[in-house]
Amino acid sequence: MDGIHDLGGKQGFGPVRHTVDAPAFHAAWEKRVNALYSLAVRLGVFNMDEYRHAIERMEPRHYLSASYYERSLTSLATLCVEKGLVTRDELERRARGAFPLARASASGRSNAPERERFRPGDRVRARADHVPGHVRMPAYIRGKTGVVVGESPAYPFPDAHAHGVDAADEPTYDVRFSSTDLWPSSADPAYVHVGVFQSYLERVEEPATSGA
Amino acid sequence: MSDPTRSPGPVAPVARVAPVAPIEQRVAAIESVLDDHGMAPGEFIVQAAHLVEEKWVPENGARVVARAWTDPAFRSRLLADGKAAVAELGFEMPRHHRHLVVLENTPAVHNVICCTLCSCTAFTIIGLPPDWYKDLEYRARVVRESRTVLKEMGLDLPADVEIRVWDTTADTRYMVLPMRPAHSAGWSEDELAAIVSRDAMIGVARL
Repeated sequence: MDGIHDLGGKQGFGPVRHTVDAPAFHAAWEKRVNALYSLAVRLGVFNMDEYRHAIERMEPRHYLSASYYERSLTSLATLCVEKGLVTRDELERRARGAFPLARASASGRSNAPERERFRPGDRVRARADHVPGHVRMPAYIRGKTGVVVGESPAYPFPDAHAHGVDAADEPTYDVRFSSTDLWPSSADPAYVHVGVFQSYLERVEEPATSGA
Repeated sequence: MSDPTRSPGPVAPVARVAPVAPIEQRVAAIESVLDDHGMAPGEFIVQAAHLVEEKWVPENGARVVARAWTDPAFRSRLLADGKAAVAELGFEMPRHHRHLVVLENTPAVHNVICCTLCSCTAFTIIGLPPDWYKDLEYRARVVRESRTVLKEMGLDLPADVEIRVWDTTADTRYMVLPMRPAHSAGWSEDELAAIVSRDAMIGVARL
């Protein structure tokens, strides 16, 4: 889904609030949430793709205003309700107030019917897919051409794995793009590498016009 | 009596939703649900605190870097297969992190990692990601304005240094192998490990 979480390249944000030795946690409840969601993953209540997708399904105003660990909590609670561990009414009774959850999921999809094995140096294009469910292709590479620089072992296909859809595991490719191809005339020159699932890629035979 | 010249104003909602419960109460509610299902969340919270505070710390990655600086054969293995090489030093990665790609900085090339979609990192090796790494600003900007963002963060790279950004959008994980500082000639591995920061392994600082 083209969700609010897909932030790469969005403009208008201010300076990074960087501090040396910055903490990962700011409050005790954040560590509890981090432990609780990872416990649920370990025990097979849901998988990492379902967890990520339930964060992405948060209502955009809630997503942007919530802290990182509130997003984590919202995903955990949403999935516990969707998996039938508790009703929303009961959850809100125990919380003694409203408990905002993520919005409902759309449908997932299985692997692309035509998948190819790529090698380093191959020129590839990110397919111009628009999918309603979970997807791990950032929108900023959609339709863009790059060069394969590495291949990973096969992983579960997120677009299926987040939705309980059957699919084969598939490799991901580290694909090198040029920032000035991704955002012509409005990016700092750099190479941007993205881990891209095989189903998101198609081979480009002709040489591209600029040097990704 | 109502004044007919006044506009009626906004229509009041039929039913007001209850105020959102404070976050600690929401956490306690979900914890009680896991407890109902026999998942022993209380015990796991204690175990997890140990993992995040003592096991998954940047000192792990610092040891990997120091070994790579002092042992060329290890460095080659690390660059070829990061996950196998860190395992030699006793460091594990979660099952879903099936691949660790180590990115070597040189005088001509600077690498920096991020996760624009969420917060993915090789957290068992370089430590849990710091707050700013998970913030909207870093996620939105570093892929598009890398040189500007690094400069704002205190790393003013020479103009001829090529920047390579790595967006952790799949389950492959990345870490930066920083350049060894010139002034560290002759230092022991322990002394070297002590100067390797999490920021340097993310790629927002040089040593």
